Amino acid sequence: MNRNMLSRLVLVGVALAVLAGCGGGNDDNGGSSGGGTASGSGQLKASGASFPDAYYQEVISAYKEKAPDVTVTYNAVGSGTGKKEFGQGLTDFAGTDSTVKDDDGVPAGSFLYVPTVAGPITVSYNLSGVDKLQLSPETLANIFQAKITKWNDPAIAKDNPGASLPDTAITVAHRSDGSGTTNNFTKYLTAAAPSTWKLGAGDTVAWPSGTQGAEKNTGVAQIVKQTDGGIGYVDYSDAVETKLNLAAIKNKDGKYVAPSLEGATSALAGAKVNDDLTYDPLNASGADAYPITAPTYLLLKTKYDADKATAVKDYVRYLLTDGQPIAKDVNFAALPSGLQQKALAQLDKLAS
Amino acid sequence: MTQEEPTRSDLTGKGGGVRIERLFSWWTLATGLLVLAILALILTTTTKQAWPAFQDMGLSFITSSTWDPNPASGNPVFGSLAFIYGTVVSSLIALLIGVPISIGIALFLTELAPRRLRGSAVMVVDMLAAIPSVVFGLWGVLVLAPLLVHVYQGIHDVFASVPVLNSIFGEPVGTGRSFMTAGVILAIMIIPIVTSISREVLSTVPQANKDAAFALGATQWEMITGAVFPHSFGGLVGAVMLGLGRAMGETIAVSLVIGGATNITPNVFAGGNSMAAVIVQQFGESTGTFTAALIGLGVVLFGLTVVINLAARLVVRRAEARVQGAAR
Repeated sequence: MNRNMLSRLVLVGVALAVLAGCGGGNDDNGGSSGGGTASGSGQLKASGASFPDAYYQEVISAYKEKAPDVTVTYNAVGSGTGKKEFGQGLTDFAGTDSTVKDDDGVPAGSFLYVPTVAGPITVSYNLSGVDKLQLSPETLANIFQAKITKWNDPAIAKDNPGASLPDTAITVAHRSDGSGTTNNFTKYLTAAAPSTWKLGAGDTVAWPSGTQGAEKNTGVAQIVKQTDGGIGYVDYSDAVETKLNLAAIKNKDGKYVAPSLEGATSALAGAKVNDDLTYDPLNASGADAYPITAPTYLLLKTKYDADKATAVKDYVRYLLTDGQPIAKDVNFAALPSGLQQKALAQLDKLAS
Repeated sequence: MTQEEPTRSDLTGKGGGVRIERLFSWWTLATGLLVLAILALILTTTTKQAWPAFQDMGLSFITSSTWDPNPASGNPVFGSLAFIYGTVVSSLIALLIGVPISIGIALFLTELAPRRLRGSAVMVVDMLAAIPSVVFGLWGVLVLAPLLVHVYQGIHDVFASVPVLNSIFGEPVGTGRSFMTAGVILAIMIIPIVTSISREVLSTVPQANKDAAFALGATQWEMITGAVFPHSFGGLVGAVMLGLGRAMGETIAVSLVIGGATNITPNVFAGGNSMAAVIVQQFGESTGTFTAALIGLGVVLFGLTVVINLAARLVVRRAEARVQGAAR
C-alpha cells in the first residue's frame, strides 16, 4: 500500500511539473503527459503483474540505451492492482497475467492486449534420493488436493515406473497471496484433469487445510527447498534460480515433458489465438509442448495524446522486436514469430 | 486500576490564570473526543465498505470456515471462522508462553536483581521491542521453523499415546510453519511490552506492604504472592491485554510463519492462518466482494479486540472487588 501511495504522490508531482512546464496542455487522460518533442521523450509509467517483472526490468534498462530521454518505470504490484491503477488512469500501460474482467475497473473497449512473453510454471519438488519425477495431470491434481499424501502412493509410482519412492509425507506449497501464477496453474489443472480437479481456478483458491501457503514465487520456492517431501508450483525463472528439481508433466499428446523455454515456445505455437490476441497456451497440443505455460500481456489504452502515443508505440515496438531475445537471458520464452507479428499489428490500432 | 487521590500541592501550581486553565481543559476534552471520533469513523467506514460481503454471507461470515473466492461452481464463499480461530489460537499460545516469562523478568527486575544490573537488563528487554516485526518473521521462517520441526516431532512422539494431548500435539507439518511457531514468535514480540508495563505496575507496590509481609515471617515467594500480586493484579491484567492486542493485530510476522492454510484443528503443530495475515496476503489482488470480505475481516478483528478488552475489564473489576473485600 505504501508503494501505491508513493507512486500516486510521484505521479501527482510529475503531473504538476509537466503542467507547469507546458502551461497546461491537454491533460485529458489525467496522467503525466510527455513534455518533450514528438521523437518520443518523456515518462512512461506502468504497473502490474510480478510474474514477468524480471523480463520487463531487463527490457527497460536495455531500452534506456536506445532512448535515453525516455524514462520507463514498471512497478510489480500484481496483476489485480495493475489493472486497477490502469483503469484509474494512474499508469500509461499495465502488465497482467489474466484477462480483464468486468469488476477489474477497466472499461471494455478502452484497451488493447499485447502479448509479450510467456513462461513455464514448474512443478518443483524436493525429495531426497529422487532427482527425476514424472507426473500425469490427474496425479498432480490429487497431490495438490491432498488426496495423495505420501510420495510412495501407487498413483505416483505408476507415473514413474522403476523409480524407488520413499514413504515421505508430501508437503504441498502454494501461494498465500492472490496470484496470476495460481490462476494459470489451477486453470491448467481444470483443463487437463477436469474430472479430478475440484477446487476451481482463480487468483486465490480454497486449498486443502493441510497445505502450506507462502508469499510470492520465491516464498513457495523456499518452502520446497527447505522441506524434504515438499512440492509446489513456481515460475520457471525462480525455480531455476533456486536450483529446484523440476518434475516432467504429461502433456496433451501423452508425452512427459520437463519445463524448458523451448517447451514453452512450442506450447505457444500450439495455442489458439483469439481476435483480441488473448490466447491460452495451457494444456496446448504438440509433442514437445510443456503443458503449464502461462501467457502475460501488456494492456495499452486505445487512445493516448499524441506525444504519449508515440512514446508508448516506440517502447512496445522495441519490446516486441529487439527486446525479445532478452527474454531467454532471464528465463522467459519469446513469442513465436506469428504471434509476434500479430502483437506488432496491435500497435497500429493505437489512436492519438 | 487504583487511582491516587490528587493532593493539594498538585493542584496549586505556578499557574497562568483562568484562561490557560480553560484552554487546557478544552484541549484535553478535544483530544479525548478525537480518539472516540477516530474509532467511530474507522468502524463506520470499514463496515460500510465491507457491507457487500456481510450482505452476501450474513451470519455465516463468522460461522462458516469455507473461504473460497473462486469456487469451481457457484458464488464466492467468505467464511472467516478458520482465521478467527487462527488469530485466537496463535495469540493464546503467545500469552501462555510470553506472560510467565514477562512477569518473571519484571519480578526479577523489581524484587531480586542487584541495582547495578537493572538498567542494562531493562535496556536489553526494551531493545527487543525495537526489532521490526518483519525481521522476527524472516528469522522465524529461515531459522526457527526448520529447527522447531524436530522439537515438535519429539513432543508429538512423547504424547503420541496420551489422550487429548495427542490431538493437541499432533503430527507436525513438514515446514514447521504452524500455529505454534506463530505463537512462539508472537510471545517474543509481546515480551517487551508486557515486561515493561508489569515492571512499572510492580514497582508501585508500597514498600510498607512488603515490609509488613516480611515482618509476619513471609518468605520472598510468600511476600510476592501475598503482598505484590494482590496489589498489582489490575495493572498486570492491563499489561497482558496490551500484549494480547499486539499479538492479535500482528500481521507480517504471523503471515510469514503461520503456514497460510485455511485450517481448524486442535493440532497446534499444523499450519493455519490469522485474520490480519489473510488481509495482508490477499488484499493486493482482490476485487469487488472479495475486497469487501477482506475489509470485513478487519471489522471482525476490531470487534473481537473490543470484546476481549471489555471481558478483561470485567475480570479486573471483579478481582479488585474481591481483593479489597478480603483486605477490609
